[in-house]
Amino acid sequence: MSEAGRAKRKTGENLAEPEDLIAAEVDNGSEIEGHHELSAAELHGAVEALIFVAEEPISAKSIAEVLKVEVAAVDDVIGDLAREFDKRSAGLQLREIAGGWQIATRAEFHEHVRAYLKSKPSAKLSLASLETLAVIAYKQPVTVPEILDIRGVQSPSAIKTLLEKRLIVARGRKETVGRPMMYGTSKEFLIQFGLKDLTELPSIEDFQDLAGGGS
Amino acid sequence: MLTEETTQDETINATTEPAPEIAATISVAGAQPEIIPDSENDQLKIGLGEFEGPLDLLLYLIRQDQVNIYDIPIGRITDEYVRYLQMMKELDIAIAGDFLVMAAQLIELKSRMLLPRDPSAEEEELIDPRTELVDRLLEHQKFKAAAQMLWSRATVEQAVFTRAELETDKNNPEVAVALFDLLRVFQEILARHKEEVQMEIAREEVSMAEMIERLRNMVRSAGEVNLLHFFEQAQSRRELVVAFLSVLELVRLSEISLCQRETFGKIMARAVS
Repeated sequence: MSEAGRAKRKTGENLAEPEDLIAAEVDNGSEIEGHHELSAAELHGAVEALIFVAEEPISAKSIAEVLKVEVAAVDDVIGDLAREFDKRSAGLQLREIAGGWQIATRAEFHEHVRAYLKSKPSAKLSLASLETLAVIAYKQPVTVPEILDIRGVQSPSAIKTLLEKRLIVARGRKETVGRPMMYGTSKEFLIQFGLKDLTELPSIEDFQDLAGGGS
Repeated sequence: MLTEETTQDETINATTEPAPEIAATISVAGAQPEIIPDSENDQLKIGLGEFEGPLDLLLYLIRQDQVNIYDIPIGRITDEYVRYLQMMKELDIAIAGDFLVMAAQLIELKSRMLLPRDPSAEEEELIDPRTELVDRLLEHQKFKAAAQMLWSRATVEQAVFTRAELETDKNNPEVAVALFDLLRVFQEILARHKEEVQMEIAREEVSMAEMIERLRNMVRSAGEVNLLHFFEQAQSRRELVVAFLSVLELVRLSEISLCQRETFGKIMARAVS
């Protein structure tokens, strides 16, 4: 077997070790009535690792379930981590989004990240889609006729686009004439627009001054 | 498409009002979002780029004249609105029904404003007939501002990146099958076969070509074949070997792909689409 082959096998062995360790730890844990105490430092590290590896923003509750600790403890650790990230103020940020936590790059480095990923800022949504989305976000659950009323124009293609991009979801039918479909925003909407939850949207009444003031 | 829109806007500005800077910023609450050429075809978008609908056009006219939105000179605005529709007609731009409905509403409003008020009218009739329109315009404008807010949020959000997707068994089941996994299944069958077959009667010899054809048909008709089932059909040790070789051959020819959803799970043969 070649040098590379041997090296590979060795890596394989190394990989197996931590697994065994974890298995052993879990066993120990279950022996003491399923109550395995992670040390403060371990908890700190484990929480960060889970947030890093999670594909979608991960909630404190999910983390607590995996680590078998109290949600409050996880909340504390996340608070500490968030402060660390802020203090470090380097390339990454820890942020709350769509009811969970996520590690992401800081916006100011987007040029370099894009250069590496060879990605361009993609044209996201047309004005018509954005307006339709705004109506749905603030009026949800809302029906197509109600959207038409506010926008003053039909928006079937905008709704189709928003559904395709999974930014909105059907929310059942309204018990009125014709039982029209009602729409609301999705979790994907929160993620794409960087929102913790819907309450983070500025109040629609705040736009009143903006709207009336100009004229 | 974008160039078309620009030229049209220029034509319109030139013929109506020398206020291009207002025209340029009308779209969303005083800011100019990029208008993205996309697959969406709201009829009006092709026609007049900036004006998504009659409310948009009306807002534009109100701003252009710099009149108070709470005290719209309905007569003047209606005239301008109708003139706009005529211009769109001359430019051969299809006018959507929504625009005509608004024109009718404006004209009705205009006539109501012209009528002297009935002094003996009930209280509710004393309400300014324009109120409803003003409310709609304000509501519309609020949501345009909200759309602008969403747009800037999305722009900021696009500058933030999360790490790339990890390769796991879940998102890529095809990586999991190695030759040894295949051999292991084969061993299993072979072992079972030894136990089961106690008496052999004169058998048909299946050729490699026939076996390949059999597997091909199975995959084609079922879409997905558990290799275990395929191997089990074999009547003899020799047939099993041929069956195994035919799997390898079809994989080599990229006619089928093998996948295993979990470690030590079933190995499925699938037609390569």
